[in-house]
Amino acid sequence: MPMTALDIFKLLAKKNCGECGVPTCLAFAMMLANKQTELTKCPYVSPEVVQQLESSASPPMRTVTVGDLEIGAETELFRHEKKFFNETAYAVVIGDDSDNESIVERAKKLDAMKYERIGIISGVDLIAVESKGDAQRFSEVVTLVKENSGLPFVLMSDDPQVVEAGLKVVSKAKPLIYAGNANNCAALAKLARQYACPLALYSDDVDELVSLSEIAKSEGADDIVLDLNLGAKPLRDALEWLTILRRLSVKKLFRPLGYPVMLNLDNGMDVETQAIRAAIGTLKYASLIIFGDLDAARLYPLTTLRTNIFTDPQALIQVNPGLYDIGKPNRNSPVIVTSNFSLTYFTVASDVEASKVPARLLVVDTEGLSVMTAFAADKFTPETIAQALKEYKVAEKVDHRKLIIPGMIAMLKMKLEELTGWDVIVGVKDSSALPKYLKELASE
Amino acid sequence: MVTIPKESWSGKIKEIAFGATDEEGGTRDRKLLLGGETTLPFLAFEGKVSRPAIGMEVIDHVGDDYPHIIIDEIGDVIKDPVAWARTCVEVYGADFICLKLLSTNPEEANVSAEDAASLVSTVLAQVKAPLIIQGSGDYDKDARVMELCGDAAKGERCLLARAEQDSYKSIAVAATANGHDVVAFSNIDVNIAKQLNIMLTEFGVPADHIVSDPLMAGIGFGMEYAYSAMERIKLAGLVGDKMLQSPMIADISVAWSAKEAYRVDAKLGDERERAIFWEVASALAALMAGANALILRHPKSVTITRKAVDELTG
Repeated sequence: MPMTALDIFKLLAKKNCGECGVPTCLAFAMMLANKQTELTKCPYVSPEVVQQLESSASPPMRTVTVGDLEIGAETELFRHEKKFFNETAYAVVIGDDSDNESIVERAKKLDAMKYERIGIISGVDLIAVESKGDAQRFSEVVTLVKENSGLPFVLMSDDPQVVEAGLKVVSKAKPLIYAGNANNCAALAKLARQYACPLALYSDDVDELVSLSEIAKSEGADDIVLDLNLGAKPLRDALEWLTILRRLSVKKLFRPLGYPVMLNLDNGMDVETQAIRAAIGTLKYASLIIFGDLDAARLYPLTTLRTNIFTDPQALIQVNPGLYDIGKPNRNSPVIVTSNFSLTYFTVASDVEASKVPARLLVVDTEGLSVMTAFAADKFTPETIAQALKEYKVAEKVDHRKLIIPGMIAMLKMKLEELTGWDVIVGVKDSSALPKYLKELASE
Repeated sequence: MVTIPKESWSGKIKEIAFGATDEEGGTRDRKLLLGGETTLPFLAFEGKVSRPAIGMEVIDHVGDDYPHIIIDEIGDVIKDPVAWARTCVEVYGADFICLKLLSTNPEEANVSAEDAASLVSTVLAQVKAPLIIQGSGDYDKDARVMELCGDAAKGERCLLARAEQDSYKSIAVAATANGHDVVAFSNIDVNIAKQLNIMLTEFGVPADHIVSDPLMAGIGFGMEYAYSAMERIKLAGLVGDKMLQSPMIADISVAWSAKEAYRVDAKLGDERERAIFWEVASALAALMAGANALILRHPKSVTITRKAVDELTG
């Protein structure tokens, strides 16, 4: 059972020293109870108390930093219950058995695989360098990749000597070591501690994974990522285990598995099969995915899906209010009023674009509410529309004085005309009718 | 040993029959069962799961704005809704057809309800898979279209789409009078989904004749809202809310409203592959959120999604 803030408070030093960054011990206890901080921030807890509090005081899933990326730290099974915190990181493999020229080319290509979409840049996050067994070659290739890409690393080898050769080149960039198994776990965990890098643990069996996690922790490796070989298991089993592992960490607070979970898809599947598994892994509980290969045609939809699913459901998604050009409008092009709820904006913008009639969208600040909700909440009023008309200097940009408003708020017409002196035209009720409406309007 | 945490839900998603074979007095070659699961999608280790049905969209008249990537794939049969529907079932293996009677819209070609009903009869005669009959969304016209089409399809247990909060009575009558199911459409809103189910059952539509359409959105265009709405509906149903236990349908054709999915742009990769995966990714999101039936557009999307469903239910 998780402890309450008061239970935790009783065990603290009660010095109110503030050294943890929080003014009082009670406030610190409350944050611990809500899993918003870690016990190690308090310098005065005794080892016994640490032991006692550990299971309730640390977050259900550890935050693991790989390079400059944070993964894990998830607390929910369903995004609507709070949110998903850290986007699934995408890594792509480079094998050290390729020739140098293709390695350089591939490193540069992966580095450039990122796309800007509605102001968010998203793409390949990591390069996973895979060893075929030779430490010196591995070191050369890691160096080569480092020189040709700014992406953080996954170092893929079972051999501690090979891993160390890679760590000597890039340990400062906090690569993920992949992966400790039943044979090499202790040795790799020592390296992970020595070089302060995160360590992935691999086993086909969940009970063995638990013991690996305990061994790694006892050797001083705190930052762990779990691979239950789900990338290679049948898809149904993979989804089941992803769900089970998430439940064990966030619902059961099962410490040995309280770490981010990864999928390794580098096992000979074609790009399409990998992309399907990656989509499901992104939706359901994978914190890191290694691809054997990935092309832009799959990555772009995947990053779009990833941005969507990790969007904070509490925050209404808004676009900035303003006057937006669709196509290349001239001074006679129509002006269409809409709300700044992002879904409304996207729908209307896409329908206007489909009409092929250049136009301007006057996006009113409805505080992120859709047309009808904003109307009901008094955020879409003649006044707010008139205000937007003025603020975005629409009169300076067009020669006409005609404003098209959504059909659903036809009742605002008279008042809006009085207020602005513009001709207010009541447009369509549903955005999907816009293409036809605008075409007709243009032909008049 | 790790103890596997299993959920045991008190509620169950209703199992709705879609399509009537001669056993049920119809002429369909198969009866699809939508829903019936007792846990979240594909978690067979803790409950009964259901296999989602994968259908394809057929439009009575394809306009210039229909994506060329789909037209190129399907070919000339796309000009003839009957041939198109037959190809979907016989060549692409669609479980069902969603026939969209968009031309009946008075703002468009304003095809008469009689002509629409005659098209429905021809499709039913020549294509033996279960059929969704979907109006144009014009409330007044749909009332008449559904009346005549529902009558023309009597006994086939079609899905009539779509009943909405403001216009559900005529479609409910058209369905109950002829033994069809109703698609209850709510706009990404759990409360409206529930309210509409209550209104339909109070109006006399049997609960085992209702399929919910909470409106799926494609990736990049509000997928996360739709995803969470569907997931919340599914969870509420499993927890025991009887008015949220209808199986859900997701129309993935909306994925194609994202022009970026198939805009020619070398940096974004091959536009055909990208468009198909855009649709597939949207479909996978709907499946993970709990959709029991999908409506897809591109034949390749159907193949890929079916393969994923095979692996998820295998």
